[in-house]
Amino acid sequence: MSFQGLPWLPLRNDEPDSLCNNIGKGMRKIVVCIKPVPDPTHWGRMKMDEGSGTLKREGIPIIMNPLDKHAIEASLVLREERGGEIVLISMAPSSAVSILREGLAMGADRAVLLADPLFAGSDTLATARVLAAGCRFIQDVDLIFVGNQSIDSATGQICSQLGELLGLPSVMHVIGLESENKGGMIVTQKIEGGYARLRAGIPIVLALRREVNKPRHIPFSGILASERKEIRVLSSTDLDMAPGLVGLEGSPTKMAGVETRRLERPCERVKGSAREIAEIITARIHEYGII
Amino acid sequence: MDFLFTEREEMLRNAVRDFAESEIPQKMADMEKTGDFPIELLKPMAEVGITGIITPPEYGGVGLNYVARSIVLEELGRICGAVPMALEVHHMACAAINDFGSDGQKKQYLPLLSGGETMGCFAVTEPTGGSDLIGTKTTAQLKGDKYILNGRKCFITNSHTSDFWVVIARTGDGPKGLSAFIVPKDSPGAKAGHKEDKIGLRGANTGELVFNDCEVPMANLLGKEGSGLTIALKTISETGRTGMAATALGILTAVYEEVGKYASERELYGKPISSLQAIQFCMAEIFTQLEICRLLCYKANWLKDQNMRCDNETAMAKYYTCEAATNAAKKAIEIHGAYGILKEYTVQRLLRDAMVTIPAGGTAEVARVVLSRAALAPFKK
Repeated sequence: MSFQGLPWLPLRNDEPDSLCNNIGKGMRKIVVCIKPVPDPTHWGRMKMDEGSGTLKREGIPIIMNPLDKHAIEASLVLREERGGEIVLISMAPSSAVSILREGLAMGADRAVLLADPLFAGSDTLATARVLAAGCRFIQDVDLIFVGNQSIDSATGQICSQLGELLGLPSVMHVIGLESENKGGMIVTQKIEGGYARLRAGIPIVLALRREVNKPRHIPFSGILASERKEIRVLSSTDLDMAPGLVGLEGSPTKMAGVETRRLERPCERVKGSAREIAEIITARIHEYGII
Repeated sequence: MDFLFTEREEMLRNAVRDFAESEIPQKMADMEKTGDFPIELLKPMAEVGITGIITPPEYGGVGLNYVARSIVLEELGRICGAVPMALEVHHMACAAINDFGSDGQKKQYLPLLSGGETMGCFAVTEPTGGSDLIGTKTTAQLKGDKYILNGRKCFITNSHTSDFWVVIARTGDGPKGLSAFIVPKDSPGAKAGHKEDKIGLRGANTGELVFNDCEVPMANLLGKEGSGLTIALKTISETGRTGMAATALGILTAVYEEVGKYASERELYGKPISSLQAIQFCMAEIFTQLEICRLLCYKANWLKDQNMRCDNETAMAKYYTCEAATNAAKKAIEIHGAYGILKEYTVQRLLRDAMVTIPAGGTAEVARVVLSRAALAPFKK
């Protein structure tokens, strides 16, 4: 990737070392949040639940949210550099085990599935609460990676919410990651009109965009190894979560309504000589305020 | 009886589909143009485990079974038939060395094949024909501590992309006079000769191997002297035919998908042509053929994995699937109308590729001869 010619925010070298609170230490645990999403090749068959305004996912095959693969790749690279354990975490029904297994086959060490009927219908805040509880359960977490957004709802809110709930800094739109000697991270963030480089201490929550890396292909040996790796299933009781904070009940987002809009471009056929056509088109351009 | 794939096999299919869809399409224009295998794909394929899928882990492979291998070849063939064609012959070399090689030979050659350092090559066919094994004319005479090979092999897959070849040559008379050798390409007197310009499976390199007083150390004899026929028949039947069948199965899957997409998008009389019964019947036929071929292929591989005799089943799977893919591709071109004969549409390549699978690894006629013996055996008086 070339950043030549793009504006940069200067990296401040006078940041106090106190930002990096694990100087000289390796990573302890890297948590990667995984979301199972409906397979886009089956979206044509997907319906909305008119009552709750949520997607009806039954019968639609699931895949791993594509950006989550980039998050796993980033964690694998980081583990090669700084060690640590990669723990995948997902709030999903038990059918998501196959998605977590895929992440384990890529190379993650173990997985935690947060599955409870009470979690159904959670909006981003309720989901972030469950994921935060999962991270606390895992303990000693130095880094949390999430995909910048999911392909089904695309809210992109989990990163910030998770950061707030855990009291950690969070950075979205990450397109570059470097380990710093001092133990922190140098994060390249895509911002409007350019890029910013930030020095970040750990623990931190980072939301990754696809530009950050190219996820590795799953090796067959990884598939065999994944069969021996642990996928622990935790319920709301294990996480000690109050029912009112999760699921539809714990979700402040209320869907007002869902409708399918058909967008059609108005088409005007212009006839006449070349000069007449040009004049009409010029007039329309002015009329629509394009120039 | 269980016809379902395991979770491991489903994961394997998804993994190799992801690999094939992301790594192969960008290589296809070059393959079509040059007729060369994209050798730069070898290392990434090795990293995933494709090159060493059936090779035991102690020799650098993954040690999976033939059903797994068939899944891999089918998925690669769905994107580009030339890649599994080259790989299935690569696997023939792996299987021959693993099944018949000494520990030293396995340690020396298998890690190179698993690791994608070179491609495997299995050379039987000669200008007088490939199915007539007993008629092999290439000779290997023992002189001192070396075998001297003389002769010519043709239609050899990976002839120009392999650093060593498993070669069948005559060390004596009759069926027990055949032996197998591992011949490094830089052996004195060895040469990769003419490169063929095929109509299909263009990315799988095919060519001649020429032996002119070619010197091969005695240590390169694979198995025992005289075991060449067994090595050739077992490898061709179990690894070669299952591989070709899986390649054709991948092509047939691609035909089915191409026709399905086109028939649903192309409109005639204001409706997609998939609403016409003539097209629907074609789709039903291709759909059924696909299921028949899947069952034939995976049953043959399953038998092999159970260490059961499978020569009839591999012959059936190979000849039936290759012909089914060809017939379906022909039908696909007809459904595409004039678009079907344009090079920018995939179906014409699928027909060319499918046609090349028919003679490779034994023609349909040879398969029928083999099968007729089995079919008539119970009635023999």
